[in-house]
Amino acid sequence: MSTANEIRQTFFQECDELLEALDDGLCEIDEGIADESFDLETVNAVFRAVHSIKGGAAAFGLDALVHFAHQFETVLDVMRAGELTPNDDVMKVCHRAADHLSDLVAAGRDNEIVEGDLGTEIAAKLSGLVVGSESAKPDNDTESETFGFVPLGLPIPTNTDDEDQELALNRFCVRFTPSAGLYTSGNDTSLLFRELAELGELEVTAETDRLPDLKNVDPGESYLSWVVILLTEESEQSLREVFEFVDGLCELQINLDLDATMPEGSPDATKDVDDEAQASSGVAAEESDSPTMVAASSPDSGTERAKPATGPKATVRVNLDLVDRLINMVGELVINQAVLTQCIKDAGLLDRGELSTSLAEFRNLARDIQESVMAIRAQSVKPLFQRMARIVREASELSGKDADFLTEGETTEVDKTIIERLVDPLTHMIRNAVDHGLEPPEQRRAAGKAETGHVKLTAAHRSGRVLIEVSDDGAGINREKVFQIAVEKGLIPGDSILKDAEIDNLLFLPGFSTAKEVSNLSGRGVGMDVVRSAIQKLGGRVSIFSQPGKGTTMSISLPLTLAVLDGMVVDVAGQTMVVPITAIVETLRPKAEDIHPLGADNQVVSVRNKLVPVIDLGVVFGHRRTPAPISDMVLLLVESDGSESWALAVDQIFDQRQVVIKGLETNYGHVPGVAAATILGDGNIALIIDPEETAHRSGPVADVGDRARLEEV
Amino acid sequence: MAETQIADFGLRELVTFRVGQQDFCIDIMMVREIRGWTPATILPHAPPFVLGVINLRGSIVPIVDLSARLGLRPSEPDDRHVIVIAVVGTQTVGFLVNAVADIIGINQSEVQPTPDVASDATRAFIEGVIVTEERMLRVIDIKTVLPKSMETAEAG
Repeated sequence: MSTANEIRQTFFQECDELLEALDDGLCEIDEGIADESFDLETVNAVFRAVHSIKGGAAAFGLDALVHFAHQFETVLDVMRAGELTPNDDVMKVCHRAADHLSDLVAAGRDNEIVEGDLGTEIAAKLSGLVVGSESAKPDNDTESETFGFVPLGLPIPTNTDDEDQELALNRFCVRFTPSAGLYTSGNDTSLLFRELAELGELEVTAETDRLPDLKNVDPGESYLSWVVILLTEESEQSLREVFEFVDGLCELQINLDLDATMPEGSPDATKDVDDEAQASSGVAAEESDSPTMVAASSPDSGTERAKPATGPKATVRVNLDLVDRLINMVGELVINQAVLTQCIKDAGLLDRGELSTSLAEFRNLARDIQESVMAIRAQSVKPLFQRMARIVREASELSGKDADFLTEGETTEVDKTIIERLVDPLTHMIRNAVDHGLEPPEQRRAAGKAETGHVKLTAAHRSGRVLIEVSDDGAGINREKVFQIAVEKGLIPGDSILKDAEIDNLLFLPGFSTAKEVSNLSGRGVGMDVVRSAIQKLGGRVSIFSQPGKGTTMSISLPLTLAVLDGMVVDVAGQTMVVPITAIVETLRPKAEDIHPLGADNQVVSVRNKLVPVIDLGVVFGHRRTPAPISDMVLLLVESDGSESWALAVDQIFDQRQVVIKGLETNYGHVPGVAAATILGDGNIALIIDPEETAHRSGPVADVGDRARLEEV
Repeated sequence: MAETQIADFGLRELVTFRVGQQDFCIDIMMVREIRGWTPATILPHAPPFVLGVINLRGSIVPIVDLSARLGLRPSEPDDRHVIVIAVVGTQTVGFLVNAVADIIGINQSEVQPTPDVASDATRAFIEGVIVTEERMLRVIDIKTVLPKSMETAEAG
């Protein structure tokens, strides 16, 4: 049972890769449409991807998936036969089909059923494409039909291949060369021929050319090959089924005799078989490590295989838990190294030349290991970008705005967790770009722009962080309207004087939505504030830049990994704590005249004429009862959603460094105002502050009663 | 595993230790290690009996002052105190005790129900008592002595 589950899991993992390859291929075809420069091999690759998904799906009884994949495959097959020239419309349907296919795969994984008639609609469009090309060459279908099932030899539900059987007699020419392995595994050629004979009229010729003199004969070797001519009503599929059990143990070439049924007599048919053999050997090699399988890759396909070998590098699938454990242990190693250094320093041994050299080497090694291990978790943003391509397609269809999606820096690598958690905010931003950013076609024409809008998604490494930008070439932010809405909603006073950038930032306020009508796309009650907080939770920042008439750019800046954080190590009433650098806008030592008491025990500090409430972290965290005199302390200015700012008062700043994040949740639970913990160089634990939560908790609402309630928890 | 052994042989091994002036014990299968007291990092907003967190070879482990938790006088930890690191479910928690005494093997039938005289708080934490020649051992029900936020943490 567990093996079946494992295989199933492997299948879905492979599906992900195949879907990615499928998307890649479709995009490549897209690019080649204009000058018809796309490679036929690309179409083949796309076909193989769909085909492999179908094959695997059949094995797991995912009928809906098999059925749809089959329809998709039919179209692709017609395309690779050169009978359907891909154009924009065709590709649109193909993209939709690929999207739906990935939905079905996901549904299959979760044992769900995809609702709605989207599938039927796409399927109808797909078959529309096939019918279009079929009407010209009706004979083709049977032929294309037959290729579906060779490589895996899996039980395929009959409904997929029974659809359009032709009753015309096909004349097949089968060249069958068994390997020695076929006999040693107990197969008998005569039984195979007998089975073939049941399909129709059979003519078998043995080829004895390779038979040596009797004295040279090795009884374990296979010397004979056969040419079989079969006249049958059955499809090639049935023929292949006969040879199912000797798959990989022989060289098998099945050609539909072209003179008989295919007047166009193109050599394509043979080529397709080769492709198929190629695909099958690829699959076979992956499915099983049996050496005979690998040996089965026929020599003629060997030359063609040389090309893709230069493509992707060899990879290993590893359980993510294992990687995480490794990362954890390496983190401890780095801490342990720091502790060791401290000990040696305390013992006064650091001056010894050799010792300090090896210690430095140890430190470098530990760092290197840490970086390499982190790199394992890093993934390219490509799958994420591909998902976004889909969002653009859907959004442009729903909003009736044509949009081209451009990507840059797809190979940029980011921590897997960050990629996963970026999906939702990025989806929202992309939808916004299409729905709010781009103008309707009429308006674009009036503004002298191309009717098709552009949405661009880029990723790049920038000084130890990842920068992701979503830009559109729309009308830009309508600042007057934004300002007006913000006033209407009571988010800002009507007489505020705001700079352009400040108005743009109003978009991030909770409860702000500029869409007049709540469209199906954006404005589902999820505002940009949610996007912002999602990004901030990842230790990132969002900024917005807009030029009227030219478009809007949103940039997200993210840390490379979630396991490490840049922090400011501070002293809070004798306790060492860490404040994430990303939250800190500036640090300052206030002058006495800038500090003003407000109410009983609140204080504000004026920073460039702006009054900011001061929060004594020592009091918030209960390390001291009464606030210490602010003038002796250092203030860390932090900012949050809605451009609220606070000044966190700490006793002193020790250091600024990278710290390894350790969760408190596993062994304890959430601590209000604390994001996580870390282990310092001396082996002690320091808590990492969540500045926003801290500020909110210590706000005017959190009176003594609240604090008391907290202590009960 | 531990429980099946109990069922089969009725035998239990317990680690006994002293908290305040009383003797307690917990099942040895729960104890991962015993170490000396090291100052803990204070956890804000924690209940008074949670002394803070310590670094146990890279994991963050909360320390519970068992004396305070059991309603006895809060300890003032010093070098003579000992931390018993226990694994409860998936959580690792340290308990501050005065001293660890020894390991005893007892028959499950020797555990007597907690007498009614005890206060509600104490009774909730004590699974039963064992009376030997010279002393009475209180068997702690470790799950109940965990701070509440640890349980709620699982839901969140």
